[in-house]
Amino acid sequence: MTYIAIIITFVLIENFILTQFLGLCPFIGVSRNIDSAVGMGFAVIFVMSMASLTTWAVYNLILLPLGIAYLQTITFILVIATLVQFVEMIIQKTSPPLYKALGIYLPLITTNCAVMGIALIAVRKEFNAFESFVAGFAAGVGFLLAILVMASLREKLDSEWVPKPFKGIPIAFVTAGLMALAFMAFDKALLKNLIG
Amino acid sequence: MLVQVISAVISVAGLGLLMGVGLAVASKFLAVQKDERIAVLEVELPGLNCGACGYAGCASYAEAIAGKEEENLTLCTPGGPDVVLKISEIMGVEAAAIAEKRVIQVHCTGGRDKAEYEFTYSGIRDCNALYALYGGDKKCKHGCLGLGSCIRVCPVNAISCTENGLVWVNKELCIACGKCIEVCPTGVMRWLPFNSDYLVACNSTDKGGVVRRICKVGCTGCKICEKKSPDGGYKVENFLSRIDYQAEGERESGAVACPTKCIRRNDTEIKKR
Repeated sequence: MTYIAIIITFVLIENFILTQFLGLCPFIGVSRNIDSAVGMGFAVIFVMSMASLTTWAVYNLILLPLGIAYLQTITFILVIATLVQFVEMIIQKTSPPLYKALGIYLPLITTNCAVMGIALIAVRKEFNAFESFVAGFAAGVGFLLAILVMASLREKLDSEWVPKPFKGIPIAFVTAGLMALAFMAFDKALLKNLIG
Repeated sequence: MLVQVISAVISVAGLGLLMGVGLAVASKFLAVQKDERIAVLEVELPGLNCGACGYAGCASYAEAIAGKEEENLTLCTPGGPDVVLKISEIMGVEAAAIAEKRVIQVHCTGGRDKAEYEFTYSGIRDCNALYALYGGDKKCKHGCLGLGSCIRVCPVNAISCTENGLVWVNKELCIACGKCIEVCPTGVMRWLPFNSDYLVACNSTDKGGVVRRICKVGCTGCKICEKKSPDGGYKVENFLSRIDYQAEGERESGAVACPTKCIRRNDTEIKKR
């Protein structure tokens, strides 16, 4: 796969939220207004890119040589959690403004399934180091795209009349379902038409 | 077989140990010096995160105080005098002059059964949207629109709907953050002292005859309250009676004599008449 193909695949065709249904928890929880949605989106991009790179290293340099590749899930959890903690400390020390912007969202995604998902998918697709990084970045961008659209829709929904039982989370899920339906338009044929 | 199990256990445990130690070392080296007073201040502040002080939440107000960026220690209205005293103590300064505890109340009781309506509104359930249409669906353009925008912004659920489609503030719950005043388009939400006994529940400056025609519980500016309770602080201006709460006199006889019964007790719950 070329890098462009990887980006298109993970942003649109296999969008983590709207096609693979991973990471729905922050998607619903933090999409109430646009500002926090953008903050969360950038935190996810950051963590996903870092996580896919480090898990590639752990898998290929430690797990494969030792012959314990079947333990990838548990080691990935360990690695991602440590990585996020470590990155949080570094940001807090070096860049307080960035820490203030990302600070509350970073711990939220420590054990997020979308982050775990990109690590496992990158391994399954046998990406090399840079491809893993690009895939992680693209998956994060896909998350940002989805959560941004969702947050703008929900801000509009707030001032709209909604039947009482649907108020809040239910109508958000209905909206997300419709968005997922729309994202079905992006399929593998699109990639073929674009890249050949 | 056994060798494989042991090697797997050892390598994963080793990885975990390595990362644990790494994090422990990193937390020592990357520790950020934080002002100890921030934590103490945060405990003393109410923790409602209502934003009445102008900061995003109690934590950021505490940070601003500790960092000397904010010199006004009396910004926390929900906490009242107690909190001002405590945070002044922590910061080692003399307590600033403490404002009297205030609450907010709706100065209107002209609901569905009392007021005349001009048209039927079925748009967005939001007072500001309704206000954009000819100043609301009631003939009186000064009163409560009753769509509950204030209920939605109130951080402590002190505001509730009444039976006749308006709202009322429970003064025991009100923390005086002022958010409802900001959101209300008609200005019918106004400040009162917490220990106020009566309020003139009308906001209309229309002429007496107009008020009488369009609302059964509006203040017509007849000045009977001024005459019956001369020391009560009633003052009629622009066909609307307002109470000066500095006056200590009795206000009950003025309230009883009010022909439209718009002077009522500032009770926690509104009672049907």
